[in-house]
Amino acid sequence: MHPADNPLVTHPHKKGPFGGIWTKIRKASEPLIESAKALLPILLVIGFFQLLVLRQPIPNMGQMLWGALLVLLGLALFVRGLQMALFPIGEEMAHNFVRKGNLWWLLIFAFTLGFGTTVAEPALIAISQEAARIAAAGQVIGNSVEAQNSYATGLRLTVALAVGIALVVGVFRILKGWPVQYLIIGGYFGVVVMTFFAPPEIIGIAYDSGGVTTSTVTVPLVAALGIGLAHSIHGRDPLIDGFGLIAFASLTPMIFVMAYGMLY
Amino acid sequence: MDGLIHFGYTMLTMLRDVLPIMAILFGFQILVLRRPIKNQARVAMGLVFVLLGLTLFLEGLEMALFPIGRLMATQLTAPEFIYGSQVGELLSVRWSDYMWVYVFAAAIGFATTVAEPALLAVAMKANQVSGGTITVRGLRYAVAIGVAVGVALGVFRIVTGTPLHWYIICGYIVVMIQTTFAPKLIIPLAYDSGGVTTSTVTVPLVAALGLGLAETIPGRSPILDGFGLIAFASLFPIMAVMAYAQLVEWKARRLKLRTEQE
Repeated sequence: MHPADNPLVTHPHKKGPFGGIWTKIRKASEPLIESAKALLPILLVIGFFQLLVLRQPIPNMGQMLWGALLVLLGLALFVRGLQMALFPIGEEMAHNFVRKGNLWWLLIFAFTLGFGTTVAEPALIAISQEAARIAAAGQVIGNSVEAQNSYATGLRLTVALAVGIALVVGVFRILKGWPVQYLIIGGYFGVVVMTFFAPPEIIGIAYDSGGVTTSTVTVPLVAALGIGLAHSIHGRDPLIDGFGLIAFASLTPMIFVMAYGMLY
Repeated sequence: MDGLIHFGYTMLTMLRDVLPIMAILFGFQILVLRRPIKNQARVAMGLVFVLLGLTLFLEGLEMALFPIGRLMATQLTAPEFIYGSQVGELLSVRWSDYMWVYVFAAAIGFATTVAEPALLAVAMKANQVSGGTITVRGLRYAVAIGVAVGVALGVFRIVTGTPLHWYIICGYIVVMIQTTFAPKLIIPLAYDSGGVTTSTVTVPLVAALGLGLAETIPGRSPILDGFGLIAFASLFPIMAVMAYAQLVEWKARRLKLRTEQE
């Protein structure tokens, strides 16, 4: 990324009253100020509802401020790390795969990345255990711990498989230059059709599973991979062809989870 | 001391999440592509930053935001807050009694989305790729407005107990109609922004809200009606981003028309 595109760093042209030191301090504090702006709405919402609607004092003020400081530092560091590592890795690998010119390895990579990053995703583990509890309550499966565990594991593997396939399809689309909307709208039809056949208990989980698959580390990598591919292939536009991978990864799990609910 | 142990634990959990990803990346880089990674020291440093940054971020949220956010969600949805302390057993509810809950849902959906790191990453990339036409702030606010509307509507659905899939199907139809009219350049990005909104910050708070409502409203079951809010939060940003692009285009066209007239 070009430094000028970095929203969290400003590039002062003239030196302040204290010369170099002042500029350095300003430069160092800029990411923190940007993070603070990102955090401010949360603090306002919490303050407003706690003080004016619920009319209660804010508990543990000290701990809250300390936590807010950690969030600020964390967000600033994360953004720096994105630019230094995750974005360059994703784009460089895209370039290298295109230069190697082997379609199969690229598709295998896309699948592995999708499957591997999803299968261990904490949010997915939590939601699949919840789903197993629901299935047990609805007498779809036995009430034993083993039955619930195997249901949860099966569901997790299903979602991971769905994301793996999503990235394969998404990467293939970038290579071919197909418009994203036809595939996505086709996917919507899949979701709607499956909704009428899937057991009602699974629908809520299936719809939610689309949103939880893409983690904070995966998203920047996948975005950079797509844009890198679109950059390296002649005739592809990074904006039109580069984006869309994440959309596939949040759509296919819905269809797959409903299919899982029907087959189980 | 306790804090340090907890910090170390969070760090290890993060490491466990990140290691498989790194293994895949470097495995392919070394075994298949057979190319050394450029700027190894810088990339390694960046990975440490990502790991440390996310750990601090989560740790801070766990200290400052999640406890009070969950508490507020429970308090705002409690029948004692909505109907006063003399309330007997609830038999049915009117949707209009839950006004503060809708406002809270929208406000917290908006606020947590603005702070979502994954969305920031996509917004930075979109800004770079579009040559600055799509601003980081504009995209983030558009997505956050989408989440706000989505979560508020999702909460309304839990209160009224109407079936989830009708809302989602209607949403799909709106998305399809917008797709035909929205500027072509924005469509892939709009679809993507549905998936990035719900991760680290939004999910825990929104889930607490859904669960709180489903537990207190008669006739709702937490396991059946508690779900679905995340689906709303991933669908509505798609519409919001396309609407934002349509608005920008419309404004530009109007400006052009006006300058031509003069």
